[in-house]
Amino acid sequence: MSSVASLTRATLAKDLRLEWRSKDAINSMLFFSLLVVVIFSFSFDPTAEESRRIAGGLVWVAFLFAAVVALNQTWSREMRNQVLDAYRVSPASPNALFLAKVIGNFIFVTVLQALMTPLFIVFYNLRALGPAYQLPIIAALGTWALVVNGTFFAAMSLRTRSREIMLPLLLFPISIPALLAMVEATGAILTGEFSARFWIVLLAAYDVVFTIASLFLFGLVLQAE
Amino acid sequence: MKRAFPILAVLTGALLSYALYQALVVAPTEQTMGNVQRIFYYHVPSAWTAFILFSINFVASIVYLIRRNAKADMLALVTAEVGVVFCTVNLVTGPIWARPVWGIWWTWDLRLTLTLVLWLIYVSYIVLRRFSSSGQTPLLAAVLAVFGALDVPLVYFSIWFFRTQHPQPVIGGGGSLDPRMLHALLINWLAFSCFAALVCWSRYRLEVLRRDLDETLALEALLEPRSSQTRI
Repeated sequence: MSSVASLTRATLAKDLRLEWRSKDAINSMLFFSLLVVVIFSFSFDPTAEESRRIAGGLVWVAFLFAAVVALNQTWSREMRNQVLDAYRVSPASPNALFLAKVIGNFIFVTVLQALMTPLFIVFYNLRALGPAYQLPIIAALGTWALVVNGTFFAAMSLRTRSREIMLPLLLFPISIPALLAMVEATGAILTGEFSARFWIVLLAAYDVVFTIASLFLFGLVLQAE
Repeated sequence: MKRAFPILAVLTGALLSYALYQALVVAPTEQTMGNVQRIFYYHVPSAWTAFILFSINFVASIVYLIRRNAKADMLALVTAEVGVVFCTVNLVTGPIWARPVWGIWWTWDLRLTLTLVLWLIYVSYIVLRRFSSSGQTPLLAAVLAVFGALDVPLVYFSIWFFRTQHPQPVIGGGGSLDPRMLHALLINWLAFSCFAALVCWSRYRLEVLRRDLDETLALEALLEPRSSQTRI
């Protein structure tokens, strides 16, 4: 167990250091979601009352698209110089690698959310009418839901033609319940009209189910030749 | 086995015509909806057939993951493709029926949305099989099928709750089915299932032939002298 933990930590530290020096993922995500925000506010021109209802959807669609940008880069780094092949022949646990990648992507997307949320509040004139302390919980659970499946499907689409297109095609249909839960929960808190409790429980269930499934099946996908 | 195919095809054709007769002539006209309700005999059986095919796909994918059996993989491929076709029939006949009866083409009702999401998941399954390069396609596809199956209960609960929050048109609402209607429905379902099995079988044979051909071509390429390659 400790070897899995230390392997995860080592891979995660390497990914974070690489990202800190290059800032590839975070910069492209930031600019991308900024564009989405601007284009959305042009096309809807929402008043504050209206925006509260649609903001949940806008925020999460922007984060989803931005997350796909980062997820697509997750494994391409390991493809260079056959790092992934070296990993495959080593006795290291595949799940350690997977967990490190998921946690890394989780951190990137969370940083993105922390930077973008003020912009959303400014552009859409938002103020939560419901219990705002639940928003970070929803953000964390929702991000994990996107990132755990996204990292898994990115690994699956590594061996397909035009893999950049493949990832969203696999990820979006499976993520529909999670997306619905995130959007509805955020909307519930912004409007304060109903409780977000059910959606938070659903998101947690989604996270547990797919984290376990990914950990079970990732070894198979990594070894697929 | 090969000789059985035309016989079964004729039997299925006869059954389909009988089912059509049952649906259009024998089954009584519905009181409020009128003749448009007869689309029901195609709409519902195609959905049931699609769900059965998707379940077979799930079981075959699990068998493939455990045993690495090529037959299970081909069965999974075939049932997914034919299932998507029947699911499409269901999704297309739905709005045609809904428009005159409810006055709307589509509503985000539980069953409609669940069917649509299932259709999306299986289309992505087929796309993955198309885009993936040959060797590991079966494994990746089987993994995706398992993910899709895990997703179904979550989709169900999310839409169930989503719907209870929002107003929606009243749909169906109990009511008893005339025995002749039920009869026509079941006959149609039987005919559709036979038809689906027939198409699956034919597609399966095609897939076996295609894989044989691929293997032969690969072998030939190996056996051919190098000079023929350099000539090109």
